[in-house]
Amino acid sequence: MSSPTRDTMLLTTPFHSRVEAACALNDWGNWMGYTTPNAYFDIELEYFAVRSTTGVFDLSPMNKYQISGPDAEAYLNRLVTRDVAKIGINRVGYAIWCNDAGQVLDDGTIFRFSDNEFRLCSYQRADDWLAWNTLGFDVTIDNVSSDIAALAVQGPTSCTILTLLGCENLNQLKPFGMAHYEFEGRPLMVSRTGFTGDLGYEVWVPPESAEALWDQLFELGHDYLIKPFGSHALELARIEAGFLQANTDFMPAEEVVRVGRTRNPFELGLGWLVDFNKPLFNGRAALAKVQENGSKYRFVLLDVDGNKPAEHSFIMKNGKVVGTVTSAAWCPTAKANLAYAQVEMPHGTVGDKLIAEIYYQRELHWTQLYAPCKVIEAPIFKPARRWQTPAPPH
Amino acid sequence: MTDYDAIVIGAGHNGLICASYLAKAKHKVLVIDSRPVPGGCASTREFAENYRVSDCAQWLSQLDKTIVSDLQLSDAGLVLSSPKSTISLQPDAAHVTFDGDTVTGTSIDTEDVTAYSSFRLQMRRFAKVLATLYNGRPPKLVEKNWTDRITLLKLGLGLKLLGKSHMQDLMRLALINIYDVMNEYFKNPALKSAIALDAVTGSNMGPRSPNTVFSYLHKVTGEFLSDSGTRQVMGGMGALGTALASSAEAAGVEIKLGCAVKAIKKTGHAVSGIELVDGTLLSSKIVVSSADPTTTFKSMLGYAQMEAGMAKRAELYRNRCGTAKLHIALKALPTFTGLNQAQLSQRLIITPPMDGMETALNPMKYNEISDQHLFDISIPSIDDPSLSPEGHHVLSALVHYVPFSPKMGWDEARQLLTDQLIDEISAYAPDLKSLAVASELVTPADFEKTHHVTGGSWHHGELSIDQVLMMRPFPGSTQYKTAVEGLYLCGAGAHPGGGLLGLPGRNAAKEIIKGGALV
Repeated sequence: MSSPTRDTMLLTTPFHSRVEAACALNDWGNWMGYTTPNAYFDIELEYFAVRSTTGVFDLSPMNKYQISGPDAEAYLNRLVTRDVAKIGINRVGYAIWCNDAGQVLDDGTIFRFSDNEFRLCSYQRADDWLAWNTLGFDVTIDNVSSDIAALAVQGPTSCTILTLLGCENLNQLKPFGMAHYEFEGRPLMVSRTGFTGDLGYEVWVPPESAEALWDQLFELGHDYLIKPFGSHALELARIEAGFLQANTDFMPAEEVVRVGRTRNPFELGLGWLVDFNKPLFNGRAALAKVQENGSKYRFVLLDVDGNKPAEHSFIMKNGKVVGTVTSAAWCPTAKANLAYAQVEMPHGTVGDKLIAEIYYQRELHWTQLYAPCKVIEAPIFKPARRWQTPAPPH
Repeated sequence: MTDYDAIVIGAGHNGLICASYLAKAKHKVLVIDSRPVPGGCASTREFAENYRVSDCAQWLSQLDKTIVSDLQLSDAGLVLSSPKSTISLQPDAAHVTFDGDTVTGTSIDTEDVTAYSSFRLQMRRFAKVLATLYNGRPPKLVEKNWTDRITLLKLGLGLKLLGKSHMQDLMRLALINIYDVMNEYFKNPALKSAIALDAVTGSNMGPRSPNTVFSYLHKVTGEFLSDSGTRQVMGGMGALGTALASSAEAAGVEIKLGCAVKAIKKTGHAVSGIELVDGTLLSSKIVVSSADPTTTFKSMLGYAQMEAGMAKRAELYRNRCGTAKLHIALKALPTFTGLNQAQLSQRLIITPPMDGMETALNPMKYNEISDQHLFDISIPSIDDPSLSPEGHHVLSALVHYVPFSPKMGWDEARQLLTDQLIDEISAYAPDLKSLAVASELVTPADFEKTHHVTGGSWHHGELSIDQVLMMRPFPGSTQYKTAVEGLYLCGAGAHPGGGLLGLPGRNAAKEIIKGGALV
């Protein structure tokens, strides 16, 4: 979330009338220039809707770029580190992209509609970088962010509810698959994707369909305990599920002004997304060197003793600071006090025992805590239903 | 097994020099050029029947002396005239003559004479410092490399040895404009504008443009490293190309002329050779391009073949240039008011005072034809009768500021401007028009077409402060090695840049040999 000093007047999403009515706490935040609820009624209950029934999150503010033309695949293949040719039609791929120095600019998802038609969903605004990337390619980039309204419908009963909405055979859709439907005479696209690590879908419609979609979802989902959830509940879910957040767990390289504050994919645990079999992609030459010489940092998941979230903590080893925490939360389903941290190499191999220096305040009284913690394999929350096809019924 | 160790694109002076040094180090080298003659911008051409001129560069003043001796260019047939003085022609015939560190003229007082020699001395001091950078690869500032550190140490030492006040003076002057510096040193307007002309030659800048002190120092540094004065090449500049080519061939270089390169080819992530227009593929361990960076990266390699940040930098590289050439065939030697015949063979310049230079620049910015131009004139047939029929002469003039694409279009503008330019010179040479039997205007657009220099930019890209030294042509592709593995630069688009210096070619070869890419 950006700081208030950088804010301009906030926009509202196509779901705003419904979101506003549902936002009992009237607790609002600024997400990428849009008025978005931090919480609707209770962070933990919202979170538990995602894990036990169905939660609905308005993700309309996400940046969406339609990429089309004869060179669309080649263009994307030069842009991102993974091999886009391997993303089939009606499939979605998670991807990261770097600058020439091999430093991560952002992460996002690539939706493939046909041989020459893609949509890139990014956290950051990427108009400028995507435009420069067109040099030498026969490709058209359209920012369609405000042309598409989207809801994340996540949780064990989500498939059932969307099937009631008219998404036939949705349970047959594989993870990272896309299916096309019609909703009140307009197109509706469902992708089996999400940011919660649970069984879940993202539903994409024209803005004109937004309010009707919300109304019908909540009506049909009533018996399946559908609830809206806000940014805070999403934060809990994504930490538990092992997802990184730009501007929180790493700084988008384009926004960094200080030397050494950017990170390469290996330093974020995303080396598996870097495909050196591709002869060319942005950052390849620099990353090949990194592979040879090693990285400076490692991104780790920590299981922290106690129940005090290790927010912004220093991570120590033998009395020396070796890293800092980027995200931390007590995760209710995992029943673990989790933290993501960037630690200096060679620390942070799985099993490594470290100390988190936690400060917390109770009635103006600060307490310092040296909490032992252990590097564990990420993610800690991985329910079978996330990957099952057909999706388990409810 | 590749066809060659190195393929050098472009048989211009830098390409041939680079190839020669590589071949001397026992590498198998091919030089390829689309033009039928070697030399690139060092070329001689018949522009009217039996009249020949150096159709691009016309003076040799910066060619590094070690290159001349290493490549034994005298043995290869390079013959030069005696050094030329510069005469700045004045409307009232009170011409000003520059010869080495002295300036003479009826309008020049002793104060300006003294100021001129101290100015020259100061510029040479600075050139000596800059020469430490010109003689090798430009040092990168942030990477911890010993070669670069040593260069920086030498530079630091050079600065230190200047003494405090001279060092401060260099720091103060380096980034400002020549207009202010001239006003600081001199009183005489003709003196000021004559020096300012050297600061803007081959550029799109006026005396008040930032960087013009640097571009002047660039020229002086070349002259310092050449140490030969301003000379004319016998047989025209093309003879330099021929001499370089025969020296290269003697060193074992294979030269293919009249063969255009269609593309620089990659295998996997690295450059592996070239494709010719006829479809022939030639493989090599490395490709060294002496073509300008825009031609190399945009046309030959293609933006889709490099990382996006590099493509962006290549696209933003600036190539504007306002220099044209005027060639006139004369049936007899013209008369210039106030000049004797011996003086006619010198370097003659015509320029208004500095404010007038700025005024002359302005229309070019808006793609219009100026009322007034700046001229750098040579009548090479006086020293070199081989260029014209007996008793006849050729006049060759560098002309500033001419737009690349005038609004009215070259079809219409060409004859208009040619006539206007001849009129402008005729103000100083009344019989010029009556003696002219043929003429030719070579516009920046023509240079782009005939010599394959993007934007008609003689320097292969502007010598602005963001495109020189460790920034040339752009970060990530400095030190002759580009960000694309196997692709190197050895042309004027690489450090230390434009002019007939030969240093980009020589430095590139040294770096390539040292870098071990050919082992």
